[in-house]
Amino acid sequence: MLNIVGKRYWFFALSTIVIIPGIIAIILWGLPLAIDFTGGSILEVRFESGTPPAPAQVVELYDDLGVLDPIAQSADVTDIIVRSKLIDEATKALILEEMETRFEGPLTLLRFDSVGPSIGIEVAQQAAGAIGLAALFILLYITYAFRGVPNARRFGIAAIIAMLHDVAVVIGVEAILGHYLGWEVDALFLTALLTVIGFSVHDSIVVFDRIRENQRRHRLLKFEQLVNHSIVQTLDRSINTQLTVMLTLLALLLFGGVTTRHFVTILLIGVFSGTYSSIFNAAPILVVWENREWRSWFRRKERAAA
Amino acid sequence: MFKSHYRRFVFILLIMASAIWIVLPDNPGIHLSFLDKDFEVVQGLDLQGGLRVLLEADLPETTEIEPEQLNTAASIIEKRVNALGLTEPVVQVAGSRRILAELPGIGNPEEAIATIKETGLLEFIEIRYEDVYSLAPGQRIKTDFGLEESDDSAEETATPTPASDEAQPTPSEEEAVDTSEDKIFHTVLTGAHLKGSGVGQDEIGNFSVALEFTEEGGEIFTDYTATHIGDILGIVLDKQLISFPEIQQAIPSGQARITGHFSREEANNLAIQLNYGALPIPLKVVENKTVGPTLGQDSLQKSTTAGLAGLCVVMAFMALYYRLPGLLADLALLCYAAITFALFKTIPVTLTLPGIAGFVLSIGVAVDANVLIFERLKEELRSGRNLRTAIDLGFSRAWPSIRDSNISTLITCLILYWFGNTFGASIVKGFSITLALGVLVSLFTAITVTRTLLHIVLDNIHFAEHPRWFGI
Repeated sequence: MLNIVGKRYWFFALSTIVIIPGIIAIILWGLPLAIDFTGGSILEVRFESGTPPAPAQVVELYDDLGVLDPIAQSADVTDIIVRSKLIDEATKALILEEMETRFEGPLTLLRFDSVGPSIGIEVAQQAAGAIGLAALFILLYITYAFRGVPNARRFGIAAIIAMLHDVAVVIGVEAILGHYLGWEVDALFLTALLTVIGFSVHDSIVVFDRIRENQRRHRLLKFEQLVNHSIVQTLDRSINTQLTVMLTLLALLLFGGVTTRHFVTILLIGVFSGTYSSIFNAAPILVVWENREWRSWFRRKERAAA
Repeated sequence: MFKSHYRRFVFILLIMASAIWIVLPDNPGIHLSFLDKDFEVVQGLDLQGGLRVLLEADLPETTEIEPEQLNTAASIIEKRVNALGLTEPVVQVAGSRRILAELPGIGNPEEAIATIKETGLLEFIEIRYEDVYSLAPGQRIKTDFGLEESDDSAEETATPTPASDEAQPTPSEEEAVDTSEDKIFHTVLTGAHLKGSGVGQDEIGNFSVALEFTEEGGEIFTDYTATHIGDILGIVLDKQLISFPEIQQAIPSGQARITGHFSREEANNLAIQLNYGALPIPLKVVENKTVGPTLGQDSLQKSTTAGLAGLCVVMAFMALYYRLPGLLADLALLCYAAITFALFKTIPVTLTLPGIAGFVLSIGVAVDANVLIFERLKEELRSGRNLRTAIDLGFSRAWPSIRDSNISTLITCLILYWFGNTFGASIVKGFSITLALGVLVSLFTAITVTRTLLHIVLDNIHFAEHPRWFGI
């Protein structure tokens, strides 16, 4: 039989290796926050002629009109996206007019967002609050659902640790991709993150449920073996479910268009991480806890990762 | 046992029939005397294009805002927005200080925002008799209500307020500002205290405007008029003086009458301004999102393709891997898609891009329940149980993990919903609603529907002859 629990420290190490680059990226570059959080304006226009101006030209136009901090980038072939300090409707109309005359040719407004700075800070705070609240409620629910099992709270905390692992993976990936692809942390990213949290716990619970059941049946089995047994028993299910979710997400990624690409990619990575962590982190953490292995971490060479 | 799952089958068929009927694209809707309902897909702003504006009370952070004031403001804005003649605009209170307005398919966002922002903050201010000579209708003045910040909003708004000239020449604005620029008038009452106003006519045919105050407003008004007979009660809309009647006597009833040389039209205008221009709190735009219609339709089409592709791949996978049960699960999955979509149309749930993503994602969740059950079924079969027992055991043993894992997803949905609601982030809200609905429907289809179908098939074939149908 596969011995997953026996190699737990290898898997903890693997998780750490995946998470560390993300943390470095966050320290080096920070998280690229969208105007949802920082406040500001974003204007996306399509040049119907098919030949949009160079981003530098657009920045010049903004400068001429006295709009602060413009950052322009091309998207697709025909579109230009410009971020800037907060502008109002009148200024937007002015910019569009100026664009039309200066770059010759009809254009279509695809999107115009502007968010006041006070809103942004509040959204960020509430988002952190929402994640904390979700964790708390899930912990409470697991403790309740596993109330018949000895040390029910451990199951909840192990699920939360695995969940934090997934949050770390997703945020780290976001920091790296944000730096290279210009993706930003916006409301949609938060939605993806919260969904990943839900799924991560969902997966952990399926494994935990098996442990709960096996604990009743095989009272004589060592806990370590029992956990390993439970993981292996649910492995088929984990892989198959993983496959179906990945397939649907892949379909969205391939055919779903640009608007949701960022969202779907984050979900894809997060859902994968969620399944991984439930098998290779959440359940083994129970074993570490049961054996109180931390007492020997600093005595012998064996080192813990998380 | 025989009877119960056939009864269930009929029940499922009934649900499916109504779901499919609702899903039909040219569904006529139900129009009965007690029930009048159309079944239509409501597309979110990101799909059909439009304008989304988040307004915030333009008052210092410390000022308490009554939920009632916010509701009143929202309903006044709704009246104004409805006048624009859009299909299904949404105006709602978001959180404790904000109002969200969603205007689908709008052609001219600038005009719409101007219409909404006609904040029309109505105030009744105290004017000393000696001050009245330096004042004229149409003049901008300062008041002590919502001091500091509200001044900017008034300037930004620049609402033209033509009403009630009262036959006096309106001086040019610069001139007026000179005379009393620094004077700050005390606000006695605001629009929040006004219940309504109308036009009346006295015995000799003069038009007048009748005011009716709320209970609280009436009390303040009574006290104030009792001590200020002979003074002026200035009526100010958006910091612009529109009328300044003299207080002729103490008015105890909470009902007052502004008399003057009104024409019918002038009286009417003033009454309308008092009624509909009376936003109880000043508002400013804090967030503004415009989506052009091209982007939305493009994404809608792509997401639909993606959803169908995802569904097909998943169904193929299930049929290949789990054989007969997999095929039945595919049938259940189709039921799932039909029922969920029917619910979207019935409730109705506003479909947004993330909403569609949530729907597609919940297909994965729906399949997960079946995967859990079938894996369990296989295990029970391998340990030598007969098929019927194995099926029942498969379902009952998989249930706790299905239940607990789905409840945790529902908890996340709930918190997402709350998060989305507080910020008027309808994107997040749409996602949480579709995912939660998907999870709930999938519990029904993956368990009840699949199980019933399995039992019915078992009644009609002999498993012993076809073990491979179960992928064993």
